[in-house]
Amino acid sequence: MIEIDRVRKEFGDGTDTFIALDDVSVTIRENEFFTLLGPSGCGKTTLLRVIAGFVDPTAGRVTLDGQDLLGLPPFRRPVNTVFQSYALFPHMTVAENIGFGLQMLNRPKAEVKQTVDEMLALVKMTQMAGRRTSEISGGQQQRVALARALAPRPKLLLLDEPLSALDYKLRKEMQLELKRLQAETGITFIFVTHDQEEALTMSDRIAVMNGGQIRQIGGPREIYDRPTDRFVADFIGETNFLAVEVLDFADEQARLRLPSGAEIAAHAPAEGIPRGAATLAIRPEHTSLCDPEGAALKGKLSDIVYFGTDTHYHVALDGDTRFVLREQNQPGGHEARAVGDTVGVRLAPGTGQVLRD
Amino acid sequence: MARGFDVRRQPGFVTLATICFLALYLPIILLVIYSFNAGSSIATWEGLSWRWYVSAWQNQQVQEATVRSLILATSASVIATACAVLAALATTRKGRFRGYSAVFAMINQPLMVPEIVTAVALLIFFAVIKVQTGYTGLGYLIIAHTAFCIPFAYMPIRARLQGMDLGLEQAAMDLYATPWRVFRYVTLPQLWPGVLSGAMLAFVISLDDVVITEFIKSAGQETLPTYLLGQFRRNITPEINAISTALLAISVVIVLAFYFLSRNRK
Ligand SMILES: Nc1ncnc2c1ncn2[C@@H]1O[C@H](COP(=O)(O)OP(=O)(O)OP(=O)(O)O)[C@@H](O)[C@H]1O
Ligand SMILES: [Mg+2]
Repeated sequence: MIEIDRVRKEFGDGTDTFIALDDVSVTIRENEFFTLLGPSGCGKTTLLRVIAGFVDPTAGRVTLDGQDLLGLPPFRRPVNTVFQSYALFPHMTVAENIGFGLQMLNRPKAEVKQTVDEMLALVKMTQMAGRRTSEISGGQQQRVALARALAPRPKLLLLDEPLSALDYKLRKEMQLELKRLQAETGITFIFVTHDQEEALTMSDRIAVMNGGQIRQIGGPREIYDRPTDRFVADFIGETNFLAVEVLDFADEQARLRLPSGAEIAAHAPAEGIPRGAATLAIRPEHTSLCDPEGAALKGKLSDIVYFGTDTHYHVALDGDTRFVLREQNQPGGHEARAVGDTVGVRLAPGTGQVLRD
Repeated sequence: MARGFDVRRQPGFVTLATICFLALYLPIILLVIYSFNAGSSIATWEGLSWRWYVSAWQNQQVQEATVRSLILATSASVIATACAVLAALATTRKGRFRGYSAVFAMINQPLMVPEIVTAVALLIFFAVIKVQTGYTGLGYLIIAHTAFCIPFAYMPIRARLQGMDLGLEQAAMDLYATPWRVFRYVTLPQLWPGVLSGAMLAFVISLDDVVITEFIKSAGQETLPTYLLGQFRRNITPEINAISTALLAISVVIVLAFYFLSRNRK
């Protein structure tokens, strides 16, 4: 279990400081696949470097299974990193790279060799053991970097956008492989990405970061369906935002008045939401088109975009708000809708999440 | 389409280039040719012979000067390279610190201060020490050569260090390598081409030095270059050509060796 407690990092000197980490706190469980997700520059790498020992935080504590990490130099922390650039040693073979950590831990030669062989098999690189790292492909380098970091059996593995340099197909393959490796080794993973799809498909839990802060921590479903603020809702997936008025709140449900005057119920944060202006976030695929008669939302179809698996309908709601909704395409089912039609938007009960303004 | 400025198409380029190359190489070629002269003149050709090489080889003064030159160049280049590695690490790995430019200038002092000034300064400085300690060995020359060899060793090493990926050292540290082991297993192996070229450059520079050596050598401490210089005051025979050619050969071999070494490492 790794506990990160109010870690703060300021760069620069007294006059001109930049806050890269703004009191970040999170507890990561044993054998968890934990993902840091956020836009470029939000502090993901800085947080990993604090854990690995390459950046000294301005304030805060980091403990691993109760052991204080911050007092230890990087080479004494039971933590390994898969670097974004891989950082494989060019003057060593694939096998030597993988064995390096164990060698530095002064393990007996036989043990090093055995573990290296296991690791080579694990990442399917046995055939390439004797090659130089410059003589293998990008995907293979990535696997070697992974094997090198796994070989010493760290308690915690940090992965800094390890898949970002790979093409789409290889990336999908490596995502599965990473999950398999994590399950097989039982090591806790902290995985950094700015790819939301990657985060949603791979993680046990996700921390969404922005501007040096963690905005929300939760499972993929929770993050996607129940974002707690506008940044998270906007950063992950596509979202429609509607200005609404909160009338009432009870039991994580809020009664809202839409701009059209219609009243609906929607999910709200557990800690409650004050009456008055708020924002309702609605996922495009949680809605469907219906008759304008009596619909909670209605407007003119301004665009229809066909995507193969689904079709996106852009609706200009009364009051000029743009609303996107998605419907799955059925075989042969082609709805006779055209741009310019007046349509209604059906909100299934419980659709949408109320966000504090 | 207008072609860019091409210096090779300018009038007179070929002539000028030829003159430059002749000025560079003709004297050396003549020197080498006359080292095989059978006669004892360095200007009139009297047939092909090895005799001056044999004579140089058997000349005890030449033997002693050669051994001294090699000892001196080896010691100076090894010590200078070690110092240069430390200096390069300190100036590239610690971030920019206050006084960085001053330190940089100090390391490279021998490139900027006229050699004759250094020579006179060292002469006086060492004279004092000689009086105080009575020591007259090769140590003075080794120290002096080391000092002026350092910048030549420093430059390629620093260039190599700057081009090196810092991430590799961090990766090594992440994999439990202590700072010394990071240097030993990651930095140094990567640095080798720079270290080798620095050492070879220092070796050649030391082997070649006349001015400083001439000023501070003790009596009888001839190196090959100062021995040659001394010979000009007496009778000049193609033996000088033979010795020079041998020196030239050593330098060329070292430079070529370095060239191939650095190419194979890419
Ligand atoms: N050594 C440093 N000195 C000053 N500022 C820094 C330093 N390292 C990082 N920063 C700043 O801290 C912020 C966070 O950087 P960080 O590398 O953690 O971002 P990131 O989330 O990993 O982004 P990316 O997805 O682009 O890798 C950035 O704005 C960056 O400019
Ligand atoms: Mg980063």
